[in-house]
Formats: sequence, structure tokens, C-alpha cells
Amino acid sequence: MPPNPPDGLETRILVPAGALGTGVSAREVEAGLALHPHVIALDAGSTDSGAAYLATGRAKYSRQAVQRDLEILMAARARADIPLLIGSCGTSGCDAALDWTLDIVREVAAELNQAPKIALLYSEQDASLIKAKAARGEVKPLAPVKAIDATTIEACDHIVALLGAEPYIAALDGAADIILGGRTTDTAVLAAAALRRGAGAGPAWHGAKVAECGGVCTLNPTHPGVMLAIGAESFTIAPLSSDNRCTIESVSAHMLYENSDPFRLVEPGGVLDVRDARYAAVDDRTVRVTGSRFEAMPYTLKLEGAGGGPFQTMMMVGIADPAVLADIDGFVARMHEALVGRVRRTMGVEAEGIGISLRPYGWNAVLGRPVPDTAPPQEIGLLFVATAATQALATEAAKTCNPWFFHFPAKPGTELPSYAFPFSPAELERGQVFEFHLNHVVEVASPFELVRTRWVDLAEEVASHA
Amino acid sequence: MPKLAEVCRYVRSKNAGPFWLTIDLFFQDREAYQRHRAAPALETVAVAALYGADPALVRRFEVDDLCVIKLSIPRPTPQGGVVERDMHGGQQYAPLLALELE
Repeated sequence: MPPNPPDGLETRILVPAGALGTGVSAREVEAGLALHPHVIALDAGSTDSGAAYLATGRAKYSRQAVQRDLEILMAARARADIPLLIGSCGTSGCDAALDWTLDIVREVAAELNQAPKIALLYSEQDASLIKAKAARGEVKPLAPVKAIDATTIEACDHIVALLGAEPYIAALDGAADIILGGRTTDTAVLAAAALRRGAGAGPAWHGAKVAECGGVCTLNPTHPGVMLAIGAESFTIAPLSSDNRCTIESVSAHMLYENSDPFRLVEPGGVLDVRDARYAAVDDRTVRVTGSRFEAMPYTLKLEGAGGGPFQTMMMVGIADPAVLADIDGFVARMHEALVGRVRRTMGVEAEGIGISLRPYGWNAVLGRPVPDTAPPQEIGLLFVATAATQALATEAAKTCNPWFFHFPAKPGTELPSYAFPFSPAELERGQVFEFHLNHVVEVASPFELVRTRWVDLAEEVASHA
Repeated sequence: MPKLAEVCRYVRSKNAGPFWLTIDLFFQDREAYQRHRAAPALETVAVAALYGADPALVRRFEVDDLCVIKLSIPRPTPQGGVVERDMHGGQQYAPLLALELE
């Protein structure tokens, strides 16, 4: 790492993007390196896009997108000789997602002729271990979910614990060049290097929170990178692009973003409290924040767990017939009753547990609530979704409904219309429904209890293959 | 009485994790914020009724520095269920726009 700056405590963290794989900018990273960062750090995961990624272990972003970002970041890391920290690898941060990321790192290292020392922080948890901790009363629900039980745990295909900063600090102590983390709080991966160098905990966690989504805390979020500098009593944040700006409002508003409480944020080992934070412009593109506090609390890790449920097959028709559009709610209700009856009569006992959902886009599909007095739309897209225990049954239900969905008349006893299918075959197998089941915290004896650190030193591998 | 859309410059909603929806109301200016922040339509009981949520769980914050009211509501079903209409919760602010504020 570069020598300490004059204030002795400032830690500069180059945050190249809100997430690995979304497209870091080589030009911005270059500009960031000129400011002598101590580390490059970013997050690679999220639950934002749904449970499928944790339930399956597959990453949201493409392999090529992640590889391209890693090429830029690994080249920069090696040139500046500073560590690269990546949290929540492969979207979900489960073991398979971490290994997938390691594969790409190995490939990029070979391509760049590098041999970094890599620390892997695994945070996936065995269901049996979580059950044992739950039995001892060490797993607590967070509102609005109820207390954990064995059925809830068994419904999960993967369970991860969100790591804090300590495993990253230990990996930095072990001289890791690259740290690939399993699921981690977005903030911990950014705060770790500053906490290790003795920065104030309040500024470290608050600065990390502001920088977690990269350019989202700037005026132009299409520029992805920011530089975070954390000191003993304050932090500053500025965009990497010289033509972008952080303002008091763009920075302070970030505590609102995708956060249920704008003043307090629970992290492993404490809670960040920004009620007394003060924001000041340093220049026209840099903001300094003072007054952030971090109150220590008993150490807990949040758990995430997701699993696969039933399967769905969908169809869609477009409808422009004014007779239907004059009474969409009545039409949809009559059609739903007819389809449910058709499935029951045709499929018999197999129909048990099959769900049929109709959602008129252009009317109230998105909000699912009664529409206030309004003129009929010019057309709607009517989505049909059959949900069943297997994909085959869901498709059978859709095909059973097909002629009625296609020809259901606006008024009983009139000629049969034909609505507008956009595809043939009309039905589309959508796959499995994936759901989150855990919203709990687990008490741990130490920050390391639920993490397994593995070292991969590519220099040694190269030597042993020579 | 003005509608919420007329006194806010920006209104947004998003999941705050898979189990919560959070809504941010950025008022037009400090005057609009001061005048309308105590409107009955924006109390937790009224918001809970609008979203079919348990009023005891709905959380409401006044962020004075930003002239923002933040409302956090437990999702009726966790993100991504069998009948998911809005995976990211990004459109669920719409029913608020027509609220009449005192």
C-alpha cells in the first residue's frame, strides 16, 4: 500500500462501480489511480433482482461482462500494487457463485500474466448448522417475518450469511492481492480497509453506505465510479469523472435509497446512526460529511435464504375489441371463472393446486387494485399465468385453457372473437418460481464463526506447475 | 386541496430488501414540505390502509434536511412470489400521486 497521507489516517478507496459486471470505466479507474488509493473495492451482489440468483447460484450479470470489468480492475490493481476487494461475488455470494468468480479471475490473471494471491471468504451455511443455531435460540426474525422453523430452513436451496468487515481485514493482514467475498453487506467490503487503518467507525460505515452504489450518489449516475476518503472524524466523496459532481443533496439523499430507515443502518457488530451527520461542500464536486456515529452492538449476521417453488407457464393476448375494453374487470372475472372450471373439468384430480392468474396490462396488472373512474384504454395485453407443481402440469393447464383464452366472448352467447396472440406456440414455459424465505439474524460468538477463508496463491500454483 | 403529485417534485418506490417496500416523497420546496407533511393522508394508518398493510409495522420518517417524507411498508407477499406484479417495487408509488393533501 502507498505511504500514509499527511493526516495519517485518511484511507482512500477507489469504488469503480456499484456492482462488478455493470461496466467499469477504464478512463475513470485511471483517474482514480492518480489519486493514490489504498484499495480498490466494490460489491458484486444484491437481492434486488429476486430470489432466483441465490436459489440457483447463478449470477445475474454475464460472464463476459464480469470478465471485462475484472480485466480493467486487475490490471489497475497490479499496476498500483494495491488490493482489490470484491464482496458478494456472483450476485448471491453463495459458494458456487464465488467459485464461478474465481474461475474468471484465474482466466484474467493468465491473460494478464499475473499471479496474485487470492483470499476467498465463503459465507454459505449448511441448513443443519442453521437449524442447530435456531434450536439454541440464536436465530431471530426481523419484521415482518415470523420466528424460524425447520420447514422454513428446508425450503431454502442456499443459505448465506452477510459477512462484516473483519474477514476482509484479516485477509488484508494476510497480504491478499485480491479478496473475493461470499455474501457481504454492501458497506463492509468498502469500509474494511479504512477500519483496518484506524479510521473512525462512524465515517467508515457511513462513507461506505454512500459509496456502495458507485455513481448513484452523484449527479450523473451513468458515470459509475467514486473516490471515498475516510478519516478519523469525517469522510469525503467525489466522482471519478472530472465532469461529474457530488452535491450535498446527492450524497445525503443516498441514505434513503433502497433503505427502510434513512437514519439508522444495522451492520454486523453495530448500527450506523446518521441523525447528526452534517454535509458540507469541499469544492463544486466533493462533499465532506462529519458527525456520523457507529454504536457497537452484539455481533449478529443477517441471513438470506432462497429456494425454488412451483413452475409457471404463461400466455399473452392483445385485445383491442371495444366491447371487452368497456368492461375489463367484468370480462377478466368471467374469463377467470371459466378457465378455472375448464381446468378442473378437463384435468380432474391433476387440477388440484393449479393456480390461474390473469393480469390485464394497460389496465391494472401492475398495481392489482380497482381502477378509478377512467375512459377505457385503446388496448390491453392480457397475461395468463398457470402455476403448478411441475412444468409439465403448468403447460398442460395452459394448453387446456388455450382455446378459451383465445376466444372468450365479451358477452355470453355472442359470436366468438379471436384475440391477438403474439407468438406461436402460444404458451411459454417460464420456469420455476423462486422465493426468499429468510429474513433473520444469527448471533455469533465471533465475526469469523460463519466464514471459511481459503487462500489461492497463483504464484505458488505457477511455480508448482513449472 | 392539492394532489400529492402537485406538491412533490419526485416520488419513487423500491424494495428495501425482499420483504419491504420503501417510498420517498421529495417535496417541491421547504414551504410545501412544511405545509403538507402532517397531512392525514400521509399518516401511517392511512398509508397502511392504502397498501393493505399492518399499520403497526408501517414506518414513517421526516427527513427535514431533504424535505422528504419516507414511508416503509412491509410487502403483502415477499418479492418474487407466485403472483408478483412488481419485482422491484418500482411502480408502487403510483397510487399516492392522486392523494389529496390538506
